[in-house]
Amino acid sequence: MKNSGTLKVTTPSDREITMTRIFDAPRHLVFEAWTKPELVKRWLYGPDDWRLAVCEMDLRVGGALRFVWRHSAEQSMGMSGVFREIAPPDRLIFTEIWDEDWTGGEALNTLIFTEHAGKTTMTQTVLYSSRAARDGALKTGMEHGAAVSYDRLAELLKS
Amino acid sequence: MIETLQALAEPNRFQIVELLRDGPRPVGDMVHRLGLRQPQVSKHLRVLSDAGLVDMRVDAQRRIYALRPAPLKELEVWIERYRRVWEAKFQRLDGVLAELKAKEKKRGRTKR
Repeated sequence: MKNSGTLKVTTPSDREITMTRIFDAPRHLVFEAWTKPELVKRWLYGPDDWRLAVCEMDLRVGGALRFVWRHSAEQSMGMSGVFREIAPPDRLIFTEIWDEDWTGGEALNTLIFTEHAGKTTMTQTVLYSSRAARDGALKTGMEHGAAVSYDRLAELLKS
Repeated sequence: MIETLQALAEPNRFQIVELLRDGPRPVGDMVHRLGLRQPQVSKHLRVLSDAGLVDMRVDAQRRIYALRPAPLKELEVWIERYRRVWEAKFQRLDGVLAELKAKEKKRGRTKR
């Protein structure tokens, strides 16, 4: 896709990871793509053959969310959380905790959407329970990242 | 990697690394610039050295420290791989959004 911004990843404090990216769409649509399970399922998966098999969202404050990614019949990764704030189209806050709890406690996800000239800047900050937890999350990203073959990446870039 | 992050997480050590980005410096110079006492600076330099972030050489009785770029480069590569995983997801999200936009246009209304 042209017109889309490039993702920026920063570590603003020792417990946080922040991702910033521009999307070529108004923010009410970006908010929709983040909060409607049938839409979330279409993009929040990977790398490789990891699919988002379960995506349940009880979209109200205190409501639960549940994601399960499956790689094969044997391999799955689950994550649960609770919505803390739902303020369409500009803010979404929820907790997340992995079934294996490899981040040592729950993390807080804050999504902020700002719109300018029909484009949306998304700022996603994940606040972990500790620095070790944050580093663990980055490390997992790295391991998964290393698994993405360049062929597949090139394929994605074409779409 | 964790060792690099732990070494950098201490604000004074981070400052030392920032100072050394401009080039090698003698310990005395860093003591002066950081406003710390010599033993404190030496202690921080030892941690940075153990983490492989700095190298030391002796020049006419002065200890000169220099940055070793390898661990910082590794850190950059590490964050880049994390970024790549998410960028792949967001490129699919671009596709979903393009479709939503087209649908909205077709319906001939702009909901704000």
